[in-house]
Amino acid sequence: MTADAAIEAIDVARTYALDGVSVPALRGVSLTIAHGEHVALVGPSGSGKSTLMHLLGGLDQPTSGRLRIGGRDVAGRTPAEMAHLRNATIGFVFQSFHLLSRTSALDNVALPLVYRGMGARERRERAAVMLERVGLGHRVGHRPNQLSGGEQQRVAIARALVTEPAVLLADEPTGNLDQTTGAAVLELLEQLNTAEGVAVVLVTHDREVAARARRQITMRDGRIVSDTAVDEAGEAAG
Amino acid sequence: MRLAEAWRVALDALRANRMRSGLTMLGMVIGVGAVVILVALGTGTKNEVQAQVEGLGSNLLLVVPGQVSLNAAPAVSRLDQSDLDAIIRIAGDRDRVAVSLTSGENVRAGNEQVFTSLLGVLETTPKVFLRDVRSGAYLTRTDVETGRRVAVLGSTVARTLFGERDPVGQQVTIAGVRFRVIGVFAPLGQSLGVDRDNEVHIPLSTAQRLLATKRVDAFAVKAPDAETIDRLGRDIVAELHRRHPDEEFSAVTQEQILGVLGDILGVLTAVLAAIAGISLLVGGVGVSNIMLVSVRERTREIGLRMALGARPRDIGLQFLLEAVLLTTVGGLLGIAFGVGASLATAALSPVPAALTWWSIALAFGVSCAVGIVFGVVPAQRAGRLDPVVALRSE
Ligand SMILES: Nc1ncnc2c1ncn2[C@@H]1O[C@H](COP(=O)(O)OP(=O)(O)OP(=O)(O)O)[C@@H](O)[C@H]1O
Ligand SMILES: [Mg+2]
Repeated sequence: MTADAAIEAIDVARTYALDGVSVPALRGVSLTIAHGEHVALVGPSGSGKSTLMHLLGGLDQPTSGRLRIGGRDVAGRTPAEMAHLRNATIGFVFQSFHLLSRTSALDNVALPLVYRGMGARERRERAAVMLERVGLGHRVGHRPNQLSGGEQQRVAIARALVTEPAVLLADEPTGNLDQTTGAAVLELLEQLNTAEGVAVVLVTHDREVAARARRQITMRDGRIVSDTAVDEAGEAAG
Repeated sequence: MRLAEAWRVALDALRANRMRSGLTMLGMVIGVGAVVILVALGTGTKNEVQAQVEGLGSNLLLVVPGQVSLNAAPAVSRLDQSDLDAIIRIAGDRDRVAVSLTSGENVRAGNEQVFTSLLGVLETTPKVFLRDVRSGAYLTRTDVETGRRVAVLGSTVARTLFGERDPVGQQVTIAGVRFRVIGVFAPLGQSLGVDRDNEVHIPLSTAQRLLATKRVDAFAVKAPDAETIDRLGRDIVAELHRRHPDEEFSAVTQEQILGVLGDILGVLTAVLAAIAGISLLVGGVGVSNIMLVSVRERTREIGLRMALGARPRDIGLQFLLEAVLLTTVGGLLGIAFGVGASLATAALSPVPAALTWWSIALAFGVSCAVGIVFGVVPAQRAGRLDPVVALRSE
């Protein structure tokens, strides 16, 4: 196992029990996400991308195999310990934004810090800095329904990064956005990846988007069928 | 910090669903209000009874045939004049012994008529009981020994028959026989809905003649002090038992009477409290129900908070506080309602109502407890949600 890996999965499987029938969603996946990486996860619908993202983010436990998040093995951990691990290591960006509707952009961004036990003032200061960073310094007091879809996803990205996580997991973050807005959001993610050094794992159906990542992982039927680094020119290099 | 967030979120949830929260609280308002009112009525009644029994005078021993207890029927008296003489001998002083022969009779004066309690008594009554005569005088020993037809009226009787006129020196007709009014009692007021001023005292001998009986119904003996009262009671009961071997007698002190009345009121209060408790239970079930709805509605939010690092405990606390807020805010409104209703009852009706701090504190405590008891299941359910499933829910 690599010591400095942000996330490490070894032969991880996840099987769902559905009405007594077991449905294998992941059939043995091994991969390592290093610090600062930019990874695109692609594959047909139902291939297990979201299932893998849930495992990598510590939202779910593997049925078998070993999984280390932030250097810690997740096996046997309580829900409270997993919550702590997520808060410390992972930032999530969802397709449907998942912002609290009756809460300002600022307090939405500050929310993960609540569960760190941080005081209100410091939370808001950090959230304000983060909103500024995603280009929404002028929208701190807005509620989600007073923001455009692209702005909402930027708020969600600010929320994911306010805890300074090692890895940002984004499952189809542009799925609910039009092309232009989506492109701007992706550009922001790339920028943050470069500037903040946060590893970004992105699930996408868009070939062009996937091609911009430096590493591309393709899944099919719950398995990784290819895992390739992409050079600057966008060609597969191995 | 986490606790502050839980409070903020809980408050926000209540504010977001004002109508629903209000209706849920209504159950608590009614339940807690009922508790406060019922306890106030119970306490008021108990205070009144206590004041009344203590107001009779001090160190009193009431001697009656039969048993004095919660479930004994009143016995018919076989006591007579010779028993009275025996009791006076034991008490050592005629002035310490009062006696009564009671009957319900019509009393007339002119065209006015009133149905009263007629008591045949000794002249010693005001020396044993605290009883003031407002005008005229009480019966004398001569009145009793010669069986005079003289009467002392309770204030209600006097007002009904004579209005504002002074009845002293006037004639009244009791059970068809003419009596001269020699005195009027100072008013005692009502208690438990019974007018204590609706009675007429006449000499015992006169009453026995009028009612064609030799019996007396009950004695009251005033002990010289609190230490001798129990022994005196035992001596009197022993003597009466010797004289009437087949019968039971009781000599009860004011404390014992208060004890028996307290038992009766206690049972009543318990029944009322159970009824109030049921309404609290119904209120609590309503809270549980609404909390389950709230958890379901906010499943996505729960999933999100878990993804961001909320522990099951943080989520549970948030919903538990929401439930406790519902019940305590409802409880506070219920207390306000109960206090208002109790004060109004005490002020506007003869029904006694006395507020006590402990009942208000209890009502508040019960409100919190209902919130915790009925909020804990929905809160646990929220805390145990699987974050992946919760995030996906609609
Ligand atoms: N809770 C569940 N219970 C049973 N089966 C499930 C559950 N979640 C996912 N699956 C199954 O696991 C497989 C992988 O699902 P997953 O959501 O990971 O696919 P995906 O690659 O994200 O697809 P998409 O691109 O459509 O989002 C699918 O066959 C799906 O039906
Ligand atoms: Mg998916």
